[in-house]
Amino acid sequence: MGGDAPHKYTGDLVNIERGRISREIFSARAVYDDELERIFPKSWLFIGHESQVPEPGDYILSRMAEESVIFNRDRRGKLHVMLNNCRHRGMRVCRADSGNARKFMCPFHAWTFSDEGALIGVPKLDTGYHNELDKSQWGLIEARVARYHGFVFACWDEETPDFETYLGDLRFYFDDYCELPDGTFGDWQAFGGIFKWKVPCNWKFGAENFAGDYYHNPSHASVDQVVLSPAGTKGRHTYDEVTRERELYKLNICVTPEGHTARGELFKDDYDYIPTYQDMAVVEDYFRECYTKRQERLGEKARWFGHGGTIFPNVSYSNGVQSMGTWHPSGPNETEIWRIFLAPKDAPVEVKNVLRHYVIRYQGPAGLTEQDDMENWGSAHLGAKGTIARRHDFHYGMGMGYEQKGWPVEWLGGEVHATEDVSEQNQRAYYARWAEMMDTPPDTRRHPVSVEAAE
Amino acid sequence: MDQSPDKALMDQILVRYRVEQFYTMEAELLDGRQFEAWLDLLADDIRYWMPVTRNRNFGEWDGEHTNEGEDLNWFDEGKFELEQRVKQIMTGIHWAEEPVSRTTHMFSNLQVIDESADTLLTRVRFLIYRNRNETETDFFVGKRHDKLRRIGEGFEVAAREIYLDQSVLQAKNLTIFF
Repeated sequence: MGGDAPHKYTGDLVNIERGRISREIFSARAVYDDELERIFPKSWLFIGHESQVPEPGDYILSRMAEESVIFNRDRRGKLHVMLNNCRHRGMRVCRADSGNARKFMCPFHAWTFSDEGALIGVPKLDTGYHNELDKSQWGLIEARVARYHGFVFACWDEETPDFETYLGDLRFYFDDYCELPDGTFGDWQAFGGIFKWKVPCNWKFGAENFAGDYYHNPSHASVDQVVLSPAGTKGRHTYDEVTRERELYKLNICVTPEGHTARGELFKDDYDYIPTYQDMAVVEDYFRECYTKRQERLGEKARWFGHGGTIFPNVSYSNGVQSMGTWHPSGPNETEIWRIFLAPKDAPVEVKNVLRHYVIRYQGPAGLTEQDDMENWGSAHLGAKGTIARRHDFHYGMGMGYEQKGWPVEWLGGEVHATEDVSEQNQRAYYARWAEMMDTPPDTRRHPVSVEAAE
Repeated sequence: MDQSPDKALMDQILVRYRVEQFYTMEAELLDGRQFEAWLDLLADDIRYWMPVTRNRNFGEWDGEHTNEGEDLNWFDEGKFELEQRVKQIMTGIHWAEEPVSRTTHMFSNLQVIDESADTLLTRVRFLIYRNRNETETDFFVGKRHDKLRRIGEGFEVAAREIYLDQSVLQAKNLTIFF
């Protein structure tokens, strides 16, 4: 490709400098097909949490873009992420959502793979293949795996930098998410089960909403009139009624080069613990103690109270409800959302129950909050499809030119920009990164095998 | 003349009739969007539970549903939480239900599997049709296991287990009641 070839995405469909983005990127099949080649295989994608496969042999099915993968812990304790796809004819070799297995057998011709993905069984290897099949070349296709404080990501591309480099300066914010309420890196425990459901919208609507959209509060006016907060007060967060006095700034943070995002509050420097769970002594004691420990451990940096954000391209982390929500692309017009929720492993059962009840009533298809988000994303998606509508770009210009670096406190620094309250800074950073990758053609679509292995 | 076999049968038919009448009235309230009146049919200590369903290998079917009070569940709540759901719909700005869904609740295959002086255990299959806006259409099909408590000649729902026959939920939300 010539160096002066015009970019299809950067500056055109995604015109960040003008704060305009074409509706095509949500609705056009050709754009979606490019995403499957140019975004997902080159990115670190969220797979699951280590606590979902605690014992040797444990596995769950996960997804990378449209494709099923096996996330397992082999008999020696090593984690793997492997394409759930027989190398012979492509059947899923694992068809249960979870279980414990030492091997995976394809139901079609019974090719059998070990828990490390090695091809260990081929019926009629002698009479059919005349012992000329090099089994070592036909194991399951395995992805690179990164473990980050128990959260597991995978990537197909050898050239993509390691996960920590990929995170860039989101590390401060994602570390904050990974820390237990007491500010230490202890064990989270995923609750059993995964929420999986289908929403009629492009996968990016969820990703950009969670990137930092305080502007969408009107979506949630109904839930804010009822009791959802785990404190038993009106509103959907504890900070709606109980703890809002401690907030100094509500911030959007974008990790500018990598396109990751965070949102949260910066507390006043003289805030104190505010009694929140007054009807539940065990829970109140737990969080009060966590607060004290976190203050001691983090010092001034404890003033950052993360709400969540999006790790490019398609997983959003939510603090408090402590969930990981993955926006799996299922065609340009549909997203399959998967959510897991976690609680501190060693917390009292009362705390876990409060958190669990809160999260399943907040997020997911039965969640009082997320229900209204999905309604909007579905409508926005329809609005991105019309012939006439598509001639008119979406407006992503809120807060343009007001992004600040090293603000409001120096230690929130690095390659990040911040804006206060409502702004579309985070969406602009996200789509700038997206456009940059979309303008980079993939190296190859096929992996031809060597002559020997092709026998 | 010994009429006891007939009497036992008549008693069963009478119980079934009362349960059917109760469920028919309940469906009428839900489909008529009389959600507050529907709440009155629920015991103050109701447990309302719908697990998440998973694909499991042969022989591991006991892990097919997530556990009440422990795992993620589509619903795992009591009356207070159900009241909040109704209140949210009644704000008129719960966008997932505004405009509100058209629903038709159907039940069949009624079994009264246990009966005591105070309570009945029942099972039905349910089929709920939901249509919204122009083309949004969902079918929710599954099994419902209820514990009904006798209140005079009628009942209240003391516990409801809802088993939806889907692993990946095919609807974008669960804003309706089962």
